[in-house]
Amino acid sequence: MPEIIVALEHQFETLDQQHEAGWLGMWLFLATEIMFFGGMFTGYVIYRWTYFGAFAAGSKDLEIWAGTLNTLVLICSSFTMVLAVHAAETGERRGQIGFVLGTMVLGTLFLCVKGYEWYTLFQEHHAPGSGFHFPGPYRDTAQIFFSFYFALTGMHALHMVIGVGLLSMLLLKAWRRDFTAQQHAAVDIVGLYWHFVDIVWIFLFPLLYLVDRHR
Amino acid sequence: MSGVTVSRTTYAGVWGTLVVLTLLTAGIAYLDLGVLNPAAAITIAVIKTALVALFFMHLRYTRVKLTWIFLAAGLLWLALLMTFTWGDVITRRPTVPPPPWPTQDVTSQMSIFKAK
Repeated sequence: MPEIIVALEHQFETLDQQHEAGWLGMWLFLATEIMFFGGMFTGYVIYRWTYFGAFAAGSKDLEIWAGTLNTLVLICSSFTMVLAVHAAETGERRGQIGFVLGTMVLGTLFLCVKGYEWYTLFQEHHAPGSGFHFPGPYRDTAQIFFSFYFALTGMHALHMVIGVGLLSMLLLKAWRRDFTAQQHAAVDIVGLYWHFVDIVWIFLFPLLYLVDRHR
Repeated sequence: MSGVTVSRTTYAGVWGTLVVLTLLTAGIAYLDLGVLNPAAAITIAVIKTALVALFFMHLRYTRVKLTWIFLAAGLLWLALLMTFTWGDVITRRPTVPPPPWPTQDVTSQMSIFKAK
């Protein structure tokens, strides 16, 4: 049994207070993230309004199976993440390692499917730029839809990459037995971030893949 | 920061509901419901978000009530951004370009510049 390290910073009275401050700090960051992604969502709706037909055509061009699969993968990763938090609360090391690893695997799977989608779109010349080619009446304006698609999914994927990085840090700490039932703020706080990134995708999925599917 | 340890059964129930809602929203997208298509998609997304935030992010269980204020602040500013931006877009017309400058050479009409 290794020595238990009590990492209480000097500005806090108790570990609980320190945990609470970290928790609120993450929620504050997430409030700014709501506005960051909210700005892009606002822009998306305005341009969908303005170039209605082009957005419908562009949206139908996306692979719905990939979007649905990725939504399911992310929901499962949120489930494994919350189980990792549960294992941290009860101090089970095996659970922490297993579920953090599971979340990382699912996150990476999401990025692989996303990478495949991007690859296909580049192959079909649907990436905005001088080589853009889109058959049909929305030859030029469809580019606006794909600009939003790449900006929104790109920003989301960047958050996923950062999330997987944070999880690898948790994995290392769990391996070193750093988390106990009393002291596991990092798992809790990274969990909040991971669930938020899941929520962003919960909105991206219908907006990009679904709303014009029936047309 | 939950204060209570939530049972794994609760988490599994939330996870199952999220999976069902995802398949439901993908299925509804193929039906032609007119304006109800985006409305249904967004409503389901909001329900899913509420489930993730309340249960997975422990919002329902936290004893740190200040969290709700932090969340409300983020949502309030988002609402302001969306309301006023979309409000402008749907109520304004494109600006009319200003009329061109007079085509005649104005200076030539002014006596002081007239060649004697």
